[in-house]
Amino acid sequence: MTQNAEHLRGLSSEHLPIDAETLTRLHDRLRREAAAAGLLDLSYRTVESPVGTLLLARTSKGLVRVAFERENHDEVLDTLARKISPRILSSPRDFEDVTQQLDEYFHEKRTSFTVPLDLQLSRGFRLAVLNHLGAIGYGNTESYAEVAFAAGSPRAVRAVGTACATNPLPIVVPCHRVVRSDGSLGAYLGGAKAKQDLLTMEARHQK
Amino acid sequence: MGKEPFERIIEEHAATVLRACRAVVGVIDAEDAWSETFLSALIAYPQLPADANVQGWLVTIAHRKSIDLIRARNRRALPTDELPEGGSITGAISAIEAPGDYNVDLWDAVDRLPPKQRQAVAYHHVGGLPYAEVAELMGVSVAAARRSASDGVASLRRNSQLFDADIPSTRS
Repeated sequence: MTQNAEHLRGLSSEHLPIDAETLTRLHDRLRREAAAAGLLDLSYRTVESPVGTLLLARTSKGLVRVAFERENHDEVLDTLARKISPRILSSPRDFEDVTQQLDEYFHEKRTSFTVPLDLQLSRGFRLAVLNHLGAIGYGNTESYAEVAFAAGSPRAVRAVGTACATNPLPIVVPCHRVVRSDGSLGAYLGGAKAKQDLLTMEARHQK
Repeated sequence: MGKEPFERIIEEHAATVLRACRAVVGVIDAEDAWSETFLSALIAYPQLPADANVQGWLVTIAHRKSIDLIRARNRRALPTDELPEGGSITGAISAIEAPGDYNVDLWDAVDRLPPKQRQAVAYHHVGGLPYAEVAELMGVSVAAARRSASDGVASLRRNSQLFDADIPSTRS
């Protein structure tokens, strides 16, 4: 049976099948028991949106990361494992509040987010910038220079750009509302088109 | 280089570990053994060396959890006068309660193996552990571990018409 030997690594799936339902049930049980034992440091899920598939991750404190597809979700999870904890499980049920609010936002029925946030991935000036971004209302924009001024360092315009480019919670913390002084959009984690789409949607709703 | 998210460890090894657990403790207790294995692995995972053989590590934990379960089961069990005819209790039950795509014949044949053969087959052929490590887990010599595995496979081949292919060992 040499033709079998190649793919037949020991008693594998062909001989001792395991049904997918059982594995799903076991995953669910592990997630529950891990959460009950305080071992679930991070949970995540992906969700479809008008600006592409979003990765959502949260700790016990709150939403810690929103990532666009172009950021590469696998790499984002690797980074979370390194920076926060490798105890990461897929757990879609932990995100009902977030997905509901995102859904409302994209259907123009919500202008700000109230889910708890965990800002541990940002420190110092970047954190100050993120804290200010929440004050830029839906449908409005500010220039990088205005944000620098508001965050207490008027000359740190470039640092504001960096803070926006490394915002761990795009959309929810609205870095898309920061644009260049000349009115052009500037860079965005989710790509220029996503930034344009979000601002267009918010402007449309404002009318 | 950091550690992979634990979810990826589950994706990659969940089925193999469940097969090893089923082979050792039978279908009834396999899910408990699997759950305790992965919960225990999740606790220790941050401390696991980055270059560790993850599957071998999981199979080793699964062995310990399976032994614990078998001991607990034996303590719970009331003494009976005789064993069911023709083999183990788990074998008889699995033939009746087999879920959808469950290969009754071969799982049943595995359930009918004596404990040492089940373990050797589970850890070497299913779990991919080299015989030296299988021997250490089972507390027997390498030669004895190798013999148990090969006797087990020979018996599976004899007792299961669904399984007539060769089982090459992944490592020797």
